[in-house]
Amino acid sequence: MIDVKHLSKSFGDHLVLDDISEHIHPGEKVVVIGPSGSGKSTFLRCLNLLETPTAGTITFDGMEITDPKADINAVRRQMGMVFQHFNLFPNMTIRKNITLAPVRTRLMKQDEADEAATALLRRVGLEEKADAYPAQLSGGQQQRIAIVRALAMKPKVMLFDEPTSALDPEMVGEVLEVMKELAREGMTMVVVTHEMGFAREVGTRVLFMDGGNILEQDEPHAFFDHPREQRTIDFLSKVL
Amino acid sequence: MLQSLINWLEDLGPRFYRAFFEADRWMSYLQGLVVTFEITIASIAMGLVLGLVVAMVRTAHDQQRPGRRNPLLGAVNLVCKVYTTVIRGTPMMVQILIWAFVIFKGERNKVMVGMIGMGVNAGAYISEIIRGGLMSVDSGQSEAGRSLGLGYVDTMRFIIIPQAFKNILPSMGNELVTLFKDTSLVNAIGAAEMTYYAKRIGDKTYDYMPPLIGIACIYLVFVIILTWLQGKLERRLRQSDRR
Repeated sequence: MIDVKHLSKSFGDHLVLDDISEHIHPGEKVVVIGPSGSGKSTFLRCLNLLETPTAGTITFDGMEITDPKADINAVRRQMGMVFQHFNLFPNMTIRKNITLAPVRTRLMKQDEADEAATALLRRVGLEEKADAYPAQLSGGQQQRIAIVRALAMKPKVMLFDEPTSALDPEMVGEVLEVMKELAREGMTMVVVTHEMGFAREVGTRVLFMDGGNILEQDEPHAFFDHPREQRTIDFLSKVL
Repeated sequence: MLQSLINWLEDLGPRFYRAFFEADRWMSYLQGLVVTFEITIASIAMGLVLGLVVAMVRTAHDQQRPGRRNPLLGAVNLVCKVYTTVIRGTPMMVQILIWAFVIFKGERNKVMVGMIGMGVNAGAYISEIIRGGLMSVDSGQSEAGRSLGLGYVDTMRFIIIPQAFKNILPSMGNELVTLFKDTSLVNAIGAAEMTYYAKRIGDKTYDYMPPLIGIACIYLVFVIILTWLQGKLERRLRQSDRR
């Protein structure tokens, strides 16, 4: 579904991603872990071109999105993204946050989008917050809204950039729950996270990144029980 | 010593009477004040249009994806950069003199020349105010908009500009106040605004203190009113944040 070939990214002369090749299959739940500064967020942000790769190609559903002529907006409509800091639009109600993109990109009419928003909000148990503003909600609530906002575009893949790192500990669970449900429904997901429990339970594959490379990857149980690289063993001993 | 102070105070009344009421002179001040307002409004309007265009060009240029730079936008951006650098790097007084005695050498309508000079000047400052306001919005906001598949224009229109507006308002109010006061500079090219009349009346009565102190008070009163209005507007906008 997403095919990454020889992806490199540097900021100035600082090399953040070093020649990464990877393939993400439909229905996979790929969890990316690693120490901070390892390039995992940058890798994720390259997938929908929030960062422009310095070298290499990314192909999504047969279309090379790193081609300068590719319609990047059309590609992003099919890739939902959830951010560490939620990034809800503070100047709009929750309903408007969810319906803005589907309506403006002509995916839905306003009344269809409103209905879809209500259904999505019901799904995460926040139906009564439709007319509230983001500032009135807790972090966990905001992040759940951010997830359904991305889902309103009916994406084929969802990218999560440390979705629980900015949350108070007691709110992590409610967000992970929504993500687990999404995984059960068969959504293709790429998740950058520090939640090892989530990686083990939901992931179909774990990538360990360090120094701009994917050092090691495996199915989660094998990965956590029998890590091969010394760097992975060190990392896991600190976080588990 | 005391006697001279008493004499001076006794004289004040007649001096102010001469400067403001004799021969219906107050009408001149009023006439000048109207022109002062005309210049302020015309130049802020012109400054807003110019500033908006320049700010748009400069932000759009800076936010292009590397490798997809538009050469035309690059050229226009360079023009905008030169414009803001030159205007902000030279004294307004000198600019006004250049407009009046170099560029529009034969033009008799000095008020219009003053409006152009001040408007062009305001545009450079306002463009920087707007640009700063747009940049003050967290980059996560535009990333969120773009990642949903919204285009650059929609992201600006629905997400960035409404949030930038609140950040821009205080500096915009300051710019309006500065502009209002700086209209007094155009008296140097003979545009008949309030300061111009005050000086003329001083010339005629051989007494500059009353007309100059008088118009200083008039400027001050209007600046206080403007500042008060600005504070009121800001408080109202902030209230909507706490919904």
